[in-house]
Amino acid sequence: MTRIPAILLIVVLVILAPFFVYPVLLMTILVFVLFASSFNLLLGYAGLLCFGHAMFFGTSAYITGQFLKVTGSTLEFGLLAGVLVAAAMGLAVGVIAVRRSGIQFAMITFAIAQFVYFFLLQAEFTGGEDGMQQIPRSALFGVIDVSDHRAFYFVVLGATVLALALIYRIIHSPYGEILRAIRDNEERVESLGFRPERFKLVAMTLSAGIAGLAGGLKATVFQFATLTDVSWTVSGEVIFMTLLGGLGTLAGPAVGAGIVIFMNDELAQFGEWSLIAQGIILLLVILFFRRGVVGEIIAVLHKRRAGRSEGLTKGD
Amino acid sequence: MFDGISTQLLFSQLLIGLINGSFYAMLSMGLAIIFGLMNVVNFAHGAQYMLGAFVTWLLLDALGIPYWGALFIAPVVVAAFGLITERIVLKPLQDMDHLYSLLATYAVALIVEGLVRQQYGSTGLPYSTPIPGGINLGFMYLPWYRLWVVLFSLMVCVATWVLMEYTKLGAYLRAATEKPDIVESFGINVPRMITLTYAFGVGLAGLSGVLAAPVYQVSPSMGSTLMITIFAVVVIGGMGSIMGAVLTGYLLGIVEGLTKVFYPEAANMVIFVIMILALIFRPNGLFSGKERSL
Repeated sequence: MTRIPAILLIVVLVILAPFFVYPVLLMTILVFVLFASSFNLLLGYAGLLCFGHAMFFGTSAYITGQFLKVTGSTLEFGLLAGVLVAAAMGLAVGVIAVRRSGIQFAMITFAIAQFVYFFLLQAEFTGGEDGMQQIPRSALFGVIDVSDHRAFYFVVLGATVLALALIYRIIHSPYGEILRAIRDNEERVESLGFRPERFKLVAMTLSAGIAGLAGGLKATVFQFATLTDVSWTVSGEVIFMTLLGGLGTLAGPAVGAGIVIFMNDELAQFGEWSLIAQGIILLLVILFFRRGVVGEIIAVLHKRRAGRSEGLTKGD
Repeated sequence: MFDGISTQLLFSQLLIGLINGSFYAMLSMGLAIIFGLMNVVNFAHGAQYMLGAFVTWLLLDALGIPYWGALFIAPVVVAAFGLITERIVLKPLQDMDHLYSLLATYAVALIVEGLVRQQYGSTGLPYSTPIPGGINLGFMYLPWYRLWVVLFSLMVCVATWVLMEYTKLGAYLRAATEKPDIVESFGINVPRMITLTYAFGVGLAGLSGVLAAPVYQVSPSMGSTLMITIFAVVVIGGMGSIMGAVLTGYLLGIVEGLTKVFYPEAANMVIFVIMILALIFRPNGLFSGKERSL
């Protein structure tokens, strides 16, 4: 019962936010909410640590940008191009990386991401070290003008909500159940007649596609794409966001992304301290709060609820 | 020899490849030893290597201790840092999913690299070579220090391999990798062995850092860039195989050097391409099965 007012409050806040906070900052947060949620789909629900998730994010940023620049098409096709390329990449990387299980998956994705980084550094269309500039923010569906930041905020918001709903559907579907079962006990699932590799590949493709949507949106929000978007620092950052917010929870990555983007914004003036703070907080989270912010809150609520129901039975 | 490619260029790139290969071999060997015993992917390996180079630089800059002193002191300092890291960070995580220890060492790497950068900036600091001069071999010029790096790292790799394969200590280590509880029941302190092994692997990274100081610029990011290549090397060689790591390290260094001669655009990608091919055609690692893995 307490859920409905809470959701209403969030809806109101999210709609009013761009009138009080700089919309570009809000859009950055939304983009990373999406990106971190796609990462969480892999690590939190499939148990796959992709240590190169930025390759999907960054590549899609370039592809979306290039598509919009060259074809001059409407916004949605640019984003679609980025998503499709990222998803195909996810599938390809998955085919290579699921050959080694567990921890090696992280190392392989990390190395492939670096390969992609070098490739994009040398590819001509990316502009190399200078990055890709002046990406047009074409009208959505050809009719809705989004050149104004505040107007575009609502487009990004809509895309984020849709993608989060998709993730929600995925993890609450029978497919999602099997994915979680694979995470917890792969041999068991295999012995039941499923082929874990296929489920992992689908997860990889979906996750990469959603990360691609985040990357495409990022490219159109800032109207440029750079090598930073593909770098391992961004891959690490998205891991940090997800763990800080709460691995394997739907709201966790969103909360984590919000905190980290705000933190980066505040700490930007202190140079290196931003990365150092990230390292220290990540270490503390891993050592003491593995459930993350949202996970800890849920645990506290559960405990309280359990305590209350226990009190009731005693009272009876 | 080949059209448009001088022997001079070929051999000098081969030498650079061999030098890089020496570092790949030493670093991936440390990584393989740590992984073999602890199942920990030591993401801080690059940062610890960088630390070795920085300690070397600091010893000279602040205390006036030259290279030959640093060669002994810096690895010990870095190993001590590893010891503390293991006690504070890795020990509490040893019964958790191994992903946590990987992420924790990644966090350590972020902190170490960030602090060094904060203190010394991101531009490289020069460290002059302790053995100036070299010899002209006719087809190429060979600086003494480079020869020293190749020979010394080869010696370290062989010595470590002998230690692991033919000594009692190595036998304990390999046994503890297989069945820690049984080894413990023989009265061997396995937790202490784990701590010391991690410190040893980290010390190797530190030693590589000392060797690297006069070759590359001493800079905070020198480790993180190398780290990614090392990961690829270890994946190609087969995780946890010491010999595999060492051989793959040298081999890939040379392949990379040759690529620079024949197809320079692909030089920084070739190792990753090989990794992808190896994963497709030899999914268990290039040297798996040929040799007992630690």
